[in-house]
Amino acid sequence: MKKQIANWGNYPVVESNEEFFSFPDQLNQLLDEGTAFIPRGNGRCYGDASLAQRTISTLKYNKILLFDISTGVFECQSGLTLDQILEVIVPKGWFLPVTPGTKYITVGGAVASDVHGKNHHIDGSFSNHILEMELVLESKEIITCSPNHKEDLFEATCGGMGLTGVITRVKFQLKKIETSFIKQKQIKAGNLEEVIQLFEQNNQYTYSVAWIDCLQKGAQFGRSILMLGEHARLADLNAKQLQEPLQLPKKRQINFPFNLPSWVLNAFTVKTFNYLFYTKNFKREINKVISYEPFFYPLDAILHWNRGYGKNGFVQYQFVLPLEAKQGLIEILSRISDKGLGSFLAVLKVFGKQESIISFPKEGFTLALDFPVKPGLLEFLDELDQVVLRYGGRLYMSKDARMKPEVLRSGYPDLGKFKDIVRKYNPDGRIHSLQSDRLSLTSN
Amino acid sequence: MATILILGATSDIGAAIAQKFASGKFDVQLAARRPEQLEPLQSDISIRYGVSCSTHAFDALKYEEHASFFNSLSPGPDITACVFGYMEEESLAFDNWAITERMINTNYTGAVSILNVVAKNYISKQKGTIIGISSVAGDRGRASKLIYASAKAAFTTYLAGLRNMCFKEKVHVMTVQPGFVYTKMTENIALPKPITSTPAEVADIIYNAYLKEKNIVYVKWFWRYIMLIIKNIPEFQFKKMKL
Repeated sequence: MKKQIANWGNYPVVESNEEFFSFPDQLNQLLDEGTAFIPRGNGRCYGDASLAQRTISTLKYNKILLFDISTGVFECQSGLTLDQILEVIVPKGWFLPVTPGTKYITVGGAVASDVHGKNHHIDGSFSNHILEMELVLESKEIITCSPNHKEDLFEATCGGMGLTGVITRVKFQLKKIETSFIKQKQIKAGNLEEVIQLFEQNNQYTYSVAWIDCLQKGAQFGRSILMLGEHARLADLNAKQLQEPLQLPKKRQINFPFNLPSWVLNAFTVKTFNYLFYTKNFKREINKVISYEPFFYPLDAILHWNRGYGKNGFVQYQFVLPLEAKQGLIEILSRISDKGLGSFLAVLKVFGKQESIISFPKEGFTLALDFPVKPGLLEFLDELDQVVLRYGGRLYMSKDARMKPEVLRSGYPDLGKFKDIVRKYNPDGRIHSLQSDRLSLTSN
Repeated sequence: MATILILGATSDIGAAIAQKFASGKFDVQLAARRPEQLEPLQSDISIRYGVSCSTHAFDALKYEEHASFFNSLSPGPDITACVFGYMEEESLAFDNWAITERMINTNYTGAVSILNVVAKNYISKQKGTIIGISSVAGDRGRASKLIYASAKAAFTTYLAGLRNMCFKEKVHVMTVQPGFVYTKMTENIALPKPITSTPAEVADIIYNAYLKEKNIVYVKWFWRYIMLIIKNIPEFQFKKMKL
């Protein structure tokens, strides 16, 4: 059925024929029709990946196939979302090996974007924990691949934005936890220099991420709050928490019921928000033991928070720069601050090493920013792209709705290899998205 | 623990009912024509809810096998939910007797065949609940649902009769009348969002209605009034309408 769909940024919006399957033979029937498509999960990437005139949704293909409580091996169909997995595994003492900032993504989406979390410098990205996965190619052929079987297909699928086939089944390794709580430390950093130092000093922490106030200039340029965390041990809990150490967080959600008018978010309101966010931490350092939910998923508490950006939508901009390119980070933040284009969410993180063909993470600083869509924004982001490339960085395709093909090509040296693998397994070129066409990864 | 049998467990509503009752700690027996398709649902239910879950081959159109199918279930289920159904485009059915016959037999004859067996068993035990998933379509005949609606009308009437017959035998029969639901059956139809339910919502309502021993449940509740209005349109007017 034709309907209007968009991803989390609400930009762009397209008319698409969205089709579902619950069983393998239904997927075969859909593939038999022979028209081009892109597989789609929960639509939580931000830009135009997973959008096309025809999408094949995995959301009804969402069953748990295996959960070995003694070894933490978990296997499911690809349309299952992380929030459902947490409900099953946390009470049994297991956690996701890697989780992004929202739990409302499917496992298939986690693979296709090769998502990373606050523990990237220790545990790598999601693909590092996959034991095996199954894909259905455009030809209906079913292929199982893993890090040591059909490695080319495996590597191109992790971070490959769905272009190698429909990911149908994923088996991965969970992480053992003693409690469902997180021992959190928040440290205020007066400027960018200080927060970068703090990242280095605290690199033994499993989880680390910093929120940056990107509207500050002068001595306070880049002031931030660094958030560090470890899975709490039993000994860290208070008496009340100890009553049920593996408890699930209580469901408290508020909904953002409508699109805010787009003028609401301006330099003044963002400045105020950032001021409050920074000064609410009165002490320089705060230590707490909290539920995993506010630590990993603070924004999931507000359903449809993307509506806060108005009906024009927003673009998220996330790049990574090599560790030695600190100057590039300063240059980009200065340009944003000069332009007065405040971002509510400016999140900084240090990635560890990673080898891959098409996955986003590589060693260095990654910064994610949100910008409401308005005139002049796209031109400004094109300028930022040039800075990113000049310093040897690249952009995250899951967040992207607008980069030029040259920018992708310069940032990902193995792009040719990726395209070859896509063509090898799907020679008819029937799998493509708005994004893959825009980025010349596939042809129209 | 009590056990529920789901006849037609590969359907979206069947799977949702199975999940909901399993979350209430019922053991679940999943039955469908192709039981191998039920294996992912089976693992999902047993892993999520820690209840016992089994799969069974059941074909609504093989009437002669119904008694042996039901009697072979162990344990005998305390609740039987009859969820299977079949809807094809009416224009195709009108021109093709095989399709028409299949719609009638799946939605009505097959359901009666198996539920007669179930009811007999429950009456002999003086205990049990039958949940029949019919449709608001059966509340009034109309052109766009010619065969489907008439078969569901017959099923609704059968359930009412069965309820009447079983009442004194301590067996409860519940009729469920879903309105629009987002399922495979309706995937290609543009449904009005405010009056359309998800399979999970249907299952929630059925579960709560089961706990309260309701007789007739509309999903959602306002469909009772929508259908009341539709049923009360005078025939001389109704026959001219395009519905």
